[in-house]
Formats: sequence, structure tokens, C-alpha cells
Amino acid sequence: MLRSPAGATLGCVSATEAGLLLAVFAACAVEAVEAATIVLAIGTVRGWSSAWAGTAAGLGVLAVVVAALGPALTAIPIGVLRLVVGGLLLTFGLQWLRKAVLRAGGVKALSDEDVRFARERGAALAQGDRRASGIDPYGFAVSFKGVLLEGLEVAFIVVTFGASDGHVAAAAATAVAAVLVVAGAVALARAPLRRVPENTLKFAVGVMLTSFGMFWGVEGAGANWPGGEAALPGVIAWVALVALGLAAMLRRRTAGAPQAAGMGA
Amino acid sequence: MSRLRAVWSFAVDFVVGDDWRLALGTVAALGAVALGVAVGVDAWWLAPVVVAAALAASIAGARPRR
Repeated sequence: MLRSPAGATLGCVSATEAGLLLAVFAACAVEAVEAATIVLAIGTVRGWSSAWAGTAAGLGVLAVVVAALGPALTAIPIGVLRLVVGGLLLTFGLQWLRKAVLRAGGVKALSDEDVRFARERGAALAQGDRRASGIDPYGFAVSFKGVLLEGLEVAFIVVTFGASDGHVAAAAATAVAAVLVVAGAVALARAPLRRVPENTLKFAVGVMLTSFGMFWGVEGAGANWPGGEAALPGVIAWVALVALGLAAMLRRRTAGAPQAAGMGA
Repeated sequence: MSRLRAVWSFAVDFVVGDDWRLALGTVAALGAVALGVAVGVDAWWLAPVVVAAALAASIAGARPRR
């Protein structure tokens, strides 16, 4: 089974499952912050009806992806599933970790929601006058695309985690909770959420996804971790150590450089 | 046809991401473990080594955006 049969339990979920739900929450929150900045910029320039319509459509497509792929994955034989789920999580995790390490090491500029907001707002203003009534096509399209693209990877994370023995609902509920928390914070602030420690969250998510992906992938490939599930904290520690070491190495390398150039994605 | 190509291109970009070395590292890590198992070695230890090497190679090859 992919879910943890051993280890400590926190209420009705094991420590392993709690860790993964936490990773899903953090991943979703980070992407929701970025999507919210886009929607906020579009809403203030092109009108809120278009921004909300695009957001709703994007979330709808993401829900369909989760609803369709979740059950489909559970039909795959367990050995192959472990390999596929592990491989996907490992690939996604390494991508998150790479960006986080490059930012922590000063090679890539930190994500700046104010810059993102100004960029999106400028692009929306450059489109000229919006329609006097009805849905503005530009506003709808940009909001839809922003929500869909920022959320697609999280949807796959939710689905792959959910494939671990029927946890799609728990993972999806966690993702929805993260979206609601971010949406509530944006509604209160009426501004981009610049105080969210995005890179720290991305670093943590990258470590968790990489660790879980490697753990399940190795099991799927037919090998056995020493101690079984008890090896997972060691795997997480190893991945964190490697990533922190690489970030420290990069910081030393860039210490003499004037500054990191350019904005990251 | 061009739409199919666009979908394929998006899917590849989605999975492979910014650096193909990481995707290659994933395949190499899990492939090496499977190969080890096939010849009778419980090669779990290969994955942490290969994954760390792939991440290090990807980081070393990164350049600041201009």
C-alpha cells in the first residue's frame, strides 16, 4: 500500500499522511497566491465579473481533472502505480526544489507579488478599453489561464497523492481549504499577498514531494527501504540536507556578484 | 494536427519542466533501482545518490536570467 501502515498517528491519519496533506496545502497555497495576484490585477482593470468568471471556469476544469484522473489512477496495478506516482512526484518535487534552491542561493530573484501584480495590471491596461457590459474576453481569458496553469500541477499532486489508497477526497479538501484561506486573505487585504514566505514554502514542498516521490518510486521499482516506512524521515532529511547544502554553495558562489539578475517565473 | 502537437508539447513541458536533467535523473534513479532489483540487488540506496547528483547537476548548470 502506498499509505503508511506504520509510524505515528495523528488522530485519524498517520504522520506520513499528515505530512503529505501538509505538502498539498502548502503547494496549493503558494500557487493560489500567484493565481490570486493575477485575478486581482485583472479584476481591478478589466472588471470583477470577467475575473470571477475566468476564475470559476479555471477551478471547474481543475475539479474535472481531479475527478476524472483520481479514480482512473486507482485502476492501475499497485506496483505500476507506485512507480508512476513516485516518478511524477519526484519530477515535480525536483522542479520545485531546483527553483527554491536557485532563489535561496541568489541565482534567481525571489518571487515578488508586487512585481507580478504591476506586470499583469500593465498588460491588462495595454489592451485598451474594456466592454461596457458583459464579460470582457481578455479579462476572462487571463484569469482562466492564470488559475488553470497555476493550479494544474497542484491538481496532479492532489491526484497522485489521492491515488494512495483512496485519499483523493482528503487531498482535494485540503487543496480547497488552501484556496479558501488565500482567497479570504486577499479579500481582506485587497492587495497582493506580499508577506507570504513563498520561497520557504516552495522549498519545503519541494523537499516533501521529492522525498515521497523517491520513497514510493523505489518501492515501485521493487526495492525495499531498510526499516520500511521508518526510513521516510531519513529520506526527507537527506533531501533537505542536499538542497540546503546546494543553496549554501550557491550563496558562496554568488556572494561577490553584484546581484541576482532578472525575475524568476 | 498542430493542436495535437501543442498538447504534446505542453504535456512534455509540464512533466520535464525547466531542466531536462531532472526528468532524466528521475528516470535514471528509478531505472537503476529496478535494474539492481532485476539482478538480485536491493538497490534502494541508488535513488538518493542519483537524485542528489541530478539536482546538483541541474543547479550547477543554471545561469542567472538576463
